[in-house]
Order: sequence, then structure tokens, then C-alpha cells
Amino acid sequence: MTMTVTRPTIPTQQPTVSSEARSAPPPAIRTERLNAWYGTTHAVGDVTLEIPGRSVTAIIGPSGCGKSTLLRCFNRMHEITPGARVGGQVFLGSEDIYWQGTDAVEVRGRVGMVFQRPNPFPMMSVYENVAAGPRLRGWKRTRGEMDEMVERNLRRAALWDEVKDKLRRSGAALSGGQQQRLCIARALATDPAILLMDEPASALDPIATYKIEELVRELADELTIVIVTHNMQQASRVSARTAFMLAGEDGVGRLIEYGNTDELFTTPRDERTEAYITGRFG
Amino acid sequence: MSAAAIASPSWRIRRRRRVIDTVMAVLLTAATAIAVGLLLLILGYLIVNGLPALNLAFFTERPKPFGVEGGGVGPAIVGTLIVSAVAGVIAIPIGIAAAIFVTELRPGRWGAIVRFSAELIAGLPSIAVGVFVWSFLVRGLLGKYSAIAGAAALAIIMIPIVARTTEEVLRLVPGSLREAALALGAPRWRVVMRVVLPTARAGVATAAVLALARAAGETAPLLLTALGNLFFSTDLLRPIAALPLQIYQYAASPYDDWHAKAWGASLILVAVIAVVSFALRAFAPRVPR
Repeated sequence: MTMTVTRPTIPTQQPTVSSEARSAPPPAIRTERLNAWYGTTHAVGDVTLEIPGRSVTAIIGPSGCGKSTLLRCFNRMHEITPGARVGGQVFLGSEDIYWQGTDAVEVRGRVGMVFQRPNPFPMMSVYENVAAGPRLRGWKRTRGEMDEMVERNLRRAALWDEVKDKLRRSGAALSGGQQQRLCIARALATDPAILLMDEPASALDPIATYKIEELVRELADELTIVIVTHNMQQASRVSARTAFMLAGEDGVGRLIEYGNTDELFTTPRDERTEAYITGRFG
Repeated sequence: MSAAAIASPSWRIRRRRRVIDTVMAVLLTAATAIAVGLLLLILGYLIVNGLPALNLAFFTERPKPFGVEGGGVGPAIVGTLIVSAVAGVIAIPIGIAAAIFVTELRPGRWGAIVRFSAELIAGLPSIAVGVFVWSFLVRGLLGKYSAIAGAAALAIIMIPIVARTTEEVLRLVPGSLREAALALGAPRWRVVMRVVLPTARAGVATAAVLALARAAGETAPLLLTALGNLFFSTDLLRPIAALPLQIYQYAASPYDDWHAKAWGASLILVAVIAVVSFALRAFAPRVPR
């Protein structure tokens, strides 16, 4: 007897030379009773939520509430930690990325990620950092296509004017804020439909933070952005929707409240949300 | 009361601390002086004794029988370069691959097994490695003393050095860079080849240099494998000369002239290792600025 395994598919997004050519709306994220563990530590418990496409969704909550872990479940980065496990489902569009036949590497290619500390590749130039994604995935590009791709994504990351004369310099020679925007350009260069940002401005000064936030708002026109932040002002400035997470007595991070950002910050339904946003803890 | 004592120690305690401080500083300085002094002493001794033996013919000529004027270590220099290079070509990729396995691929139990094996090999007396290669290659597969057998013996000595040193430098590559590359959708092997290794390349080059330097000076395993040769040879399947073997031969003789030649050859061996080290380091590509 032959086992035929069919998998729910969405049209895989081919890497396009021009991002404007994309017409279908980017897939939203939906989780179904998502759980995450580090070894025996239960970090995220039973999170079910839907993230709309082409908008900014913020995940807020105190340290240790599992918000970064939740984010890392959206592109299967959680599992690279030894002993880490995930239970439940995460759908990108209609595709369950934890379905057994799904290739984690392929999933990560469709979802960009920006980390807390700027982490440009130090042995690569500014140019090579932006080109790193396509090169690491083995895409064939002519020199001209690559030049165009690098410039376009540096412009998308609002960095082009500052670095166009130092494309051959090391990415590590830029300022912290520039490095983080370089990392954003690097993540955009593989044309992801979703961009995950894990406290992208927490290591930056206020002006650099402002630039990142401005960029996040602009990028939301073309991408689905999920941003983890411990800064509530930041969440209210950039996001359309906000999810509040909190670790219970058992240490398991759960979704407490999720809704439109303005409503969550003005009329929270849960008293724990109210306690957190009014600064009574956290 | 005790709080007051902490805030302002009595003069007795202060004097005690000063004395201990001085004694420790003297001890540490002395230990450093001994270590550095020994190095300078050896180098100085080498130069003083070795330099008089050096002239152009010493570098280019082959050894001559005792009593014949002149004669040098030309074949030994060529032999050491060839045997070390072949050993490096064998051992450096294997050692780097083992380090990648341990740090990137299987950090758990398998990694521990590989690391433990490398430690055991590193702990083997080099003469035991020589005996093994002698019975396996010289008596066995090849049936004769040969340069390739010498290279194999040196490679066995080099592999754990390359593996352990490379492992250390790969561990220094920040995990955040691996994460960044994985998050871009790169397969694991490309992360290693394009991000982890290039980031650690200066350290990997150092690992190779350390191993080459160690191997180039080995004598015991070569006695049983490369054998030595008084004539120029580049044939990997024939016995080949090597500087340590030549030094051993000259030094073990009863002739003053040959003793001087042993010093000269020793100086050349140290110089060859130094030159190769600097060359490899200069060759390691630079980070863009």
C-alpha cells in the first residue's frame, strides 16, 4: 500500500526581482493552541491568535512572559535551541508550518527576522550583508541584478543615503542604529511576506529608535510585521493590534489579552493588562 | 564593630596586605622572567651556536661524509617542506571537519565522543604514532619507508591539534550570527561555510600554523616512516630527508664539525617554522574595514 501524503499548500512565493510585482495579499499568521518548551520548562502555553496581514502587531509583556519565544515559533527558529519543542499549530496563510512534511529552512526563507542586538555579519561589507540572504540560499543573480537588489533594499530600510558611499566598508563599522537598519535591509532582501522583530530598538538610542519605528510603519504597507517590545509607548506608536502576554504562577507564558492597540491601551478588558499598562508591575 | 573594621582596616591588616601583595608580585614576576628568560636563552644559544655553521652551501648542498669539506642540509629542508605540506593537506581539512562536527553538527554526545577521541590521539606519544604507521604503512600497505608514510604519521599528530584549536575558535563565533544566517533561510551547511568559518578564519589559520609547527619539529615518528635520505628526493614513495632527522644524525655523531652543523640545522628548522607561520597569517584574508 502506498502512502500518499498531501499537504495543504499555498502558492509558494517565488523570489521576485521587484517586490512591487507581488499582488496577492501577504499571508497572515494564525496559531492554534501553540505551546513551546525549553527542555522541561514550559515557556508558552496554549496561545491561539490571528494576526492580520499588512499591518503591525505588537506583542508586549514583562520579561520572561514568553513573548520572544512565541515570536520565534512563527518562523521555526525556536527549535534551533537544543531541547526546544513546539506543540500545536502555526498557520502562515493556510499552511501549517509545523506539519511534519514542512521544511523549516524553507519556512524561515519566507519569514524575515530582526533581532534584539544588531547582528550584521562582521566579516562582510555593507553590500555583502544585504546580499547575504540571496547568496546563503543559493539564488543565482547577475552582478547587475544583485546591485539593484542591494540598493532597493537599502532604500526600503531607509539606509541607502547614509551608506551609498561606504558599501565596501564592514557592516560592523556602522553606528548601532545603522547596523540595525542594515539587518532590516538584509531581512528584506529575501522578499519575505512577514517580518518578525524581536525588541529591535531596545539596544538603540532614542533617535535611532525613532527611525526604526518610522520604518516599521512604512513597511507595514507591504508586509505583515510582528514586533516584540517591552516598551509600551513603542507598541502604541507603531502597532495596529497588540497582544499582551504574562507568565502565570506556574511560569508558563500565556496570552492575556489581544485586540486593537488603541482599545487595549485605553480600555483594557483584563485587570492584569490594566495593571501592566498603568505601570503597576513589569 | 566589624563594620568599622571593614570600613577602615587596622594598620596591622593593611601592612599584612601590603606584604602579601609585594610577595605575590615578586613571585609572579619571577615566574614570568623564568619563562621568557628560558625562551630567550634557547633562542640565543641557537643563534650563537648555529649562526657560524650557516653559509649558502649549507642551505643548498647535500650532506657529505665526515672529513669532506662543506656539505649541508638542502635535502632536509626540501624534505621537511614536502612532508609537512602533505601532512597539512591531509590533516587540516580533517581537523577542521571534526571541529565543525563537534561544534555545529552534533554538540551533544557524539561531539563529546569525537572530542574525547581527539584528546586521546593528542595524548599518544609520537613514537607510538610512528610505530603504528610503520606497521600499517611501512611494513603493510606500502612495504617500504617513504615520504608519504612520514606525512601520514605527522598528519595523525596534527589532526587533534587542528581539531581542538579550531573548535575553540568556532565556539567564539557569536551564536547571534548563526541565528541571523538561519533566519535568512540558509541551510545549516551554508551557515557553516559562508558565515561561521569565514568569521573564524584568522583563528582557523592559527590552528593550522600551530599544528604545522608542531609537526615540522617531530623526529620520532619520522625515524620509523620517512627514514631520512642523504640525497635530494621529491618522490613521495621513497625515503625522504627531514630537518629533525638530519639534526638527530649530526648531533648523535662524535664529530665537532657535525655538532656545529646540528646547531645550524636547528636554527634553520626554527626559522622555517617562523617563516611558514608568518606567511600563513599574512595569507589569512582580512576583514573589510
